[in-house]
Amino acid sequence: MIATIYFYIVSAVLLISAAAVVSSRNPVHSVLFLILAFFNAAGLFVLAGAEFLAMILLIVYVGAVAVLFLFVVMMLDIDFAELRSRFQRYLPIGATIGAVLLIELVTIVGGWTLAPNSAALRLSPTPAALSNTDALGRVLYTDYIFLFQAAGLILFVAMIGAIVLTLRDRRTSLHQDVGVQHARSKTETIAMMHVGLGLGTRDITVPPSPAELAELEHASGDGHGHGAGHGGH
Amino acid sequence: MAPGMGGTEMAVGLTHYLVVAAILLVLGVFGIFLNRKNVIIILMSIELILLAVNINLVAFSAALGDMAGQVFALFVLTVAAAEAAIGLAIVVIYFRNRGSIQVEDVNLMKG
Repeated sequence: MIATIYFYIVSAVLLISAAAVVSSRNPVHSVLFLILAFFNAAGLFVLAGAEFLAMILLIVYVGAVAVLFLFVVMMLDIDFAELRSRFQRYLPIGATIGAVLLIELVTIVGGWTLAPNSAALRLSPTPAALSNTDALGRVLYTDYIFLFQAAGLILFVAMIGAIVLTLRDRRTSLHQDVGVQHARSKTETIAMMHVGLGLGTRDITVPPSPAELAELEHASGDGHGHGAGHGGH
Repeated sequence: MAPGMGGTEMAVGLTHYLVVAAILLVLGVFGIFLNRKNVIIILMSIELILLAVNINLVAFSAALGDMAGQVFALFVLTVAAAEAAIGLAIVVIYFRNRGSIQVEDVNLMKG
């Protein structure tokens, strides 16, 4: 009896908060209602006897995913009022498709039956005298070890993907690039220049290219009459 | 719900769980249609749909006494977390490049 009351209260809060997630005007409220929905879904899991999944749902979703949503909503400067415009326009088609889907699902829920030999078809029957976490661990690390490893691989790829996508290579500080330093050669760092006598260095503060250098040398070579000096060699 | 299955006795019938999960899934689909411009709410709606799937899996697992359902729900949780992380990363870089997250503006690939 108490379990039934608990079920109805938790389901009602779950469904109401889910409706608030999709219809709230402020996305921050949507995220907070999403957290409430996850809490109540965890309550349903506990009632069904899946305590470990309930705690994982709280840790992973409320602790990580919902907070991630909250960060993104608060970090991006989005004009949500503009996004909500024409909100009413999609209401009829959304309601129609939702109603059709709900009718189909209720038809299925009302009409299915268990296979007569479904007890024999179970993949990993729940052991009788074990806690939920114990039973889950005994199958997760033995029968489903490859799927478990694949799940870890998926998370790894997702982590690297998220980092690569959002990493901004912004140079805010001067730092040493060892490879570039080692790749430098003498020819591109030192320019040997033959400066004519009396020409001074004022004209060649910017290192001239070899062509300009040759021209300079040539000009100073036959420019005897200008009083600019005695020319290059 | 499943007499003689040897599973744990459920305090509430399996059909109740299925109806709640069905309504939750419909709410998620409805949210996608309702917030067609706001990609963050669409991601949250997808989370709701995956939560409905998880409720179904856990309910059947408890009713039939089969741990495979809970194992699969665990993997669904994993994939949902990865999907949320990647989706939000895409939202962030899209906003950084275009200054908007309107779904209707996302036509760079001219698909």
